[in-house]
Amino acid sequence: MGDHHHGPATGVTRWLFTTNHKDIGTMYLWFSFAMFLLGGFFAMVIRAELFQPGMQLVEPAFFNQMTTLHGLVMVFGAIMPSFVGLANWLIPMMIGAPDMALPRMNNWSFWILPPAFLMLASTLFMEGGAPAFGWTFYAPLSTTYAPPSVTFFIFAIHILGVSSIMGSINIIATVMNMRAPGMTYMKMPMFVWTWLITAFLLVAVMPVLAGAVTMMLMDIHFGTSFFSAAGGGDPVLFQHIFWFFGHPEVYIIILPAFGVVSQIIPAFSRKPLFGYASMVYATASIAFLSFVVWAHHMYTVGMPVAGELFFMYATMLIAVPTGVKVFNWISTMWRGSLSFETPMLFSIGFLVLFTLGGFTGLMLSIAPADFQYHDTYFVVAHFHYVMVAGAVFSMTAAVYYWLPKWCGRMYSESMGKIHFWISFIGFNITFFPQHFVGLAGMPRRIPDYALQFADFNMMSSIGAFIYGASQLLFLYNVIATIVSGERVSDEKVWDGAEGLEWTVPTPAPYHTFEEPPLVSKPAGTF
Amino acid sequence: MGRIFSGVPLALFASFTAAQNQVNMSPGVTEIGADIFELHMLIMWICVVIGVAVFAVMFYSIYAHRKSRGHEASQFHESTKVEIAWTVVPFLILIAMAVPATSTLLEVYDNDEAELDVLITGHQWKWKYEYLDETGENISFFSNLTTPQEEIYNTEAKGDHYLLEVDEPLVIPTNTKVRFLITANDVIHSWWVPELAVKRDAIPGFINEAWTRVPQEGIYRGQCTELCGAYHGFMPVVVHAVSPEEFQAWQAAKRGAAQAESQLALQTLSADELMAQGKAVYETACVACHGAQGEGGIGNAIAGSSVVMGDLSQHMAIVAKGVAGTAMQAFDAQLNEVELAAVLTYQRNAFGNNTGDIVQPGDVTGMNNG
Amino acid sequence: MSSNPSTATGHEKYYVPESSSLAVRATIGLLLSVFGGGLMLNEMTYGSADDASYSGWVLTAGLVFFILTLTSWFRTVIKENIAGLNSGQVNQSYVLGMFWFIFSEVMFFAAFFGTLLYVRQLAGPWLAGEGEGGRMNDLLWPGFEFTWPPSITPQETVGGADAQVIANNGDFVSQEKSMAPADAHAWYAWLPMWNTIILLSSSATVHVAHTAILAGDRAKFNRWLGITVGLALIFLGLQAAEYYEAYVLYGLTLNSGIYGSTFFMLTGFHGFHVAMGMTMLLIQLVRSVKNEHFTASDHFGFEASSWYWHFVDVVWVFLFLFVYIL
Ligand code: HEA
Ligand code: HEA
Ligand code: HEC
Ligand code: CUA
Ligand SMILES: [Cu+2]
Repeated sequence: MGDHHHGPATGVTRWLFTTNHKDIGTMYLWFSFAMFLLGGFFAMVIRAELFQPGMQLVEPAFFNQMTTLHGLVMVFGAIMPSFVGLANWLIPMMIGAPDMALPRMNNWSFWILPPAFLMLASTLFMEGGAPAFGWTFYAPLSTTYAPPSVTFFIFAIHILGVSSIMGSINIIATVMNMRAPGMTYMKMPMFVWTWLITAFLLVAVMPVLAGAVTMMLMDIHFGTSFFSAAGGGDPVLFQHIFWFFGHPEVYIIILPAFGVVSQIIPAFSRKPLFGYASMVYATASIAFLSFVVWAHHMYTVGMPVAGELFFMYATMLIAVPTGVKVFNWISTMWRGSLSFETPMLFSIGFLVLFTLGGFTGLMLSIAPADFQYHDTYFVVAHFHYVMVAGAVFSMTAAVYYWLPKWCGRMYSESMGKIHFWISFIGFNITFFPQHFVGLAGMPRRIPDYALQFADFNMMSSIGAFIYGASQLLFLYNVIATIVSGERVSDEKVWDGAEGLEWTVPTPAPYHTFEEPPLVSKPAGTF
Repeated sequence: MGRIFSGVPLALFASFTAAQNQVNMSPGVTEIGADIFELHMLIMWICVVIGVAVFAVMFYSIYAHRKSRGHEASQFHESTKVEIAWTVVPFLILIAMAVPATSTLLEVYDNDEAELDVLITGHQWKWKYEYLDETGENISFFSNLTTPQEEIYNTEAKGDHYLLEVDEPLVIPTNTKVRFLITANDVIHSWWVPELAVKRDAIPGFINEAWTRVPQEGIYRGQCTELCGAYHGFMPVVVHAVSPEEFQAWQAAKRGAAQAESQLALQTLSADELMAQGKAVYETACVACHGAQGEGGIGNAIAGSSVVMGDLSQHMAIVAKGVAGTAMQAFDAQLNEVELAAVLTYQRNAFGNNTGDIVQPGDVTGMNNG
Repeated sequence: MSSNPSTATGHEKYYVPESSSLAVRATIGLLLSVFGGGLMLNEMTYGSADDASYSGWVLTAGLVFFILTLTSWFRTVIKENIAGLNSGQVNQSYVLGMFWFIFSEVMFFAAFFGTLLYVRQLAGPWLAGEGEGGRMNDLLWPGFEFTWPPSITPQETVGGADAQVIANNGDFVSQEKSMAPADAHAWYAWLPMWNTIILLSSSATVHVAHTAILAGDRAKFNRWLGITVGLALIFLGLQAAEYYEAYVLYGLTLNSGIYGSTFFMLTGFHGFHVAMGMTMLLIQLVRSVKNEHFTASDHFGFEASSWYWHFVDVVWVFLFLFVYIL
């Protein structure tokens, strides 16, 4: 079809109709950042209301809508699409493919996202308000007792599911089918591996989530009784189905982040990734185990004791493969030649804080202790350590790391470093005290709290504002780079960087690898 | 850099603990509470030790192997031996954790041989306690938040037990194995008292069991810990542990009061009495949804409502039986006849609804039967 | 169609379509459909103030637009294939895409089968007082006994005004009759068994059609594919009769408690998938009859549809086993 080396079309149709993996990746990235700001804005409302005891800004019902939308927008709108965007940009370049395997479907997976979120956000203006039942939407609060807007929430989830499934199928097909000659599975960069495994997880669990919301829809509108004991169903059944999706979901969030860090740490250690093969096996083990641990979110629902024990042991086991990863990263740094550009700083921040979050995860996995932790701010602290300092930090690292390759301009290193330090400090001020209030007994999802929690909550809110503000700095830095950053033209922007994406010109041309390159060296070696 | 990494949180930590904030789990007053606390501390310290060891290595590397000090990178990238070591060692540590965890869990699940059964039912947004009695003379009451709206909306100073105070606490005897049978009437709630280390979800249509044996008299406070709608944050649990003798006396008094109340239902009350009690009932049971001025919120406005100002029987039916599929619940199970009559009278005369109607307990009984 | 993924030669260029409006059009269709559908459901359940409702029109417009877009999408793909743009590697992408799509469908059904397993093995017995928390039976649902299919819903054991006490979303009236075979003598009048036979044979006939196209025998291919579509139609007809029987004669409705819920959910979604699979096969038939599409070496459209068909068939086997027999 026509010319080999043509550039992009112009105007909006370039973006609407594009089939180019880089364009689509870019749209995913911007969209997810917009969602991050929106979700962050909701978080700011939460933190402002919790700044001091008493009701000040919002009504309790609205507070719950904020919590719910914050969780949903962050998980489904910010984190997941951001890594899909990264996958789009990088996987074809990393495996030497001309594009994603199914380019038109790729475009479709993206374009159904924004309207789905528009529909979700529009529930805020509907009669009865937006969904207010938490991002975990437990029945019957989300069925019999839900506002009418729940119907649109359900359809939004369906669409997000369809988008994720199509996106994952695309990634699987790309990785399995489009690798350049010589790019065997065990030569693929870690990021590609983690995404391949993530994609399997997505294809396996998103349909289950779709099933769960479909049953909700039936209970609400057609009188079925899946989640109602009066008809012989069980509200707890909802939780089982939800968490069968929900637990793998948290690894869907973190595995690509692991992948990113596994690219960046070797680059700035100027040393190959330690234990490549064991990293692959560890990732696969985490994914496998993630299917058999879901009920650790449900220790207090009154499961039979045999079930509690099974899920406790299985959950604890995940510490082993995750530990292998942590140890491998540190061994990669060991006796390297380290330098600390912004991507490396965020990766080290990730490593330290994610591990901390992992430790609290391990504490939560101990069923009897979880009776005291469950549904308190201890849990909130845990998951923000793994999701914000884990996923968001690694995503930030990724943007700094690959941005010069994407747009051929260098970001401001000093601003990047400032961004890192404010983020790191602000993040810890926000979420570290939440461990304390959680242990001291503050439940989550409450708009007002007893007086003994006041000091730490205020501290947490101040931290949140600092952390939030630092994200605006990030936005500024990225835009300034794209508009007027210093030009770079080296193919290899970072001297320690390895991989096919660093062999194409900088900025990466619109089409890369129309002729597959020949790969001979194993990934990650010099 | 290492110093800054660990220094910042520590400094903040120190400055805030000075203000005497609780930073750790409560060891609780029960045996199980103590076991769980110890388990928690054990695991936490294991994690701390692993963390310190792991990051000591990392920070050493950051310090010693940096490019700016001219460190050359080695190129090693594999060692099956260490991989096996750091798979096996954590696995063994986990086994060491699993042993005490398992025994504590089994203890928590040992519900047998309870001496007293209490049925706890979660309602939006209050708890109902019912003492199951062989003789069928069950004592039962609702436990409502008593923190006034003024404190919540910051027009009055907040009291000591802000949001953690109720009109009628659950009373249990000390040194007695009390079994809680926990369920819910509408959505899922969760009954939690940190110091008793009891947290169990209240699932509508199912009953979960938990138990405690409190060695020490005292008042123990907790909260609902499962999102249950708008006022989830305003649904405290207060447990009053008293000596078995005191508990007996309390039970007897409670039974007596129940009888007196049923006597009262036969009497005719004055408008003022009804209005006063109606206001009290309204402010505990209705205000959350219908607003302090009857302006509505989750529920419809009471001020100027055509239902309230219209036919009494319809008004009565809504309050007694609720409106199916909405948050408006059936209050005949929660309020006695005097209270129902009072709140009806109150709604019909307050907030500018000056209908002048007086509803007597007898009318309510009549309606119930009719 | 057969190409080795990891040794792409580099001589054939991977076909990357130029920009295309298909995705955006499909998005508009999808969005109008769900938005209209959502409005309609909400009007049905929560009632709406104004009578003049446009939700039905939005839904219809959305669906029509969506289906038209999908049609032109598939048409484009077919044209590209005929134009020879699709190398073996591109075909392999389609193969993988279809395979993992079917896998996701398997997981979708897994959620419902899991539900069935859970309510039958765990929740039901618990409500009847078995297990660790056995007190609920005498306190909440006095005398509820669990059988499958349940002869009574828990709500009915309480009865009267109390039935509304515990959170629920309606009246759950137990059915009069189960859908399992009534008595062994009348097995030949039992629809599900015939449906099983029909669906299993349709899997066989579609396979015969496949061997025919592999042998390049178009007439035979058309014939057997036609038979397959015919069997699918008969299946759907019988399934409609089954629903009529359930709904009207046996009083088994969506409101019949968990038995009705799982029965209609599983058979309903299966029936929907049969209809989709049938449509796919029908389209392949039309392509072959009218346009002489497909050759012995290139017939992926048909092959994908037949995989889908086998998948639908396997689901039915499980359904027959767990919904009707056990
Ligand atoms: C990115 C997301 C992410 C990740 C990676 C994790 C990782 C883990 N999580 Fe977390 N979790 C969430 C996101 C995540 N979680 C969310 C969102 C919730 C709340 C949902 C909600 O209710 O809204 C939650 C809640 C949650 C609960 C339920 C708490 C409750 O509600 O009561 C539990 C309980 O077991 C748990 C456990 C774990 C464990 C064991 C890990 C493990 O994977 C951690 C493993 C890592 C380490 C252990 C550290 C590194 C290891 C070593 C250095 C090796 C040596 C260590 C030892 C041998 C100790 N998580
Ligand atoms: C990856 C997911 C993710 C991310 C990134 C975050 C980020 C943040 N979260 Fe989130 N959180 C969740 C996932 C996430 N969260 C989930 C799943 C829940 C559970 C929900 C539930 O209970 O159902 C939760 C719940 C949750 C709670 C508990 C609410 C409750 O229980 O009631 C709190 C409270 O502090 C909180 C705070 C924050 C803060 C301060 C951030 C910050 O990191 C955010 C920082 C970013 C910004 C602030 C954006 C910057 C933009 C601006 C500053 C511009 C603002 C614009 C204007 C002012 C015009 N979160
Ligand atoms: C949990 C929230 C909640 C509580 C508590 C509550 N109500 Fe309601 N109430 C509602 C809702 C919601 C409606 C609207 C029902 C509908 O849609 O018809 C309502 C409707 C009413 C109406 C009918 C008003 C009208 O104009 O339609 C009356 C009367 C009423 N409630 C009285 C009471 C009384 C008396 C109490 C306390 C004893 C009370 N309510 C407590 C939620 C509540
Ligand atoms: Cu009741 Cu939360
Ligand atoms: Cu989990």
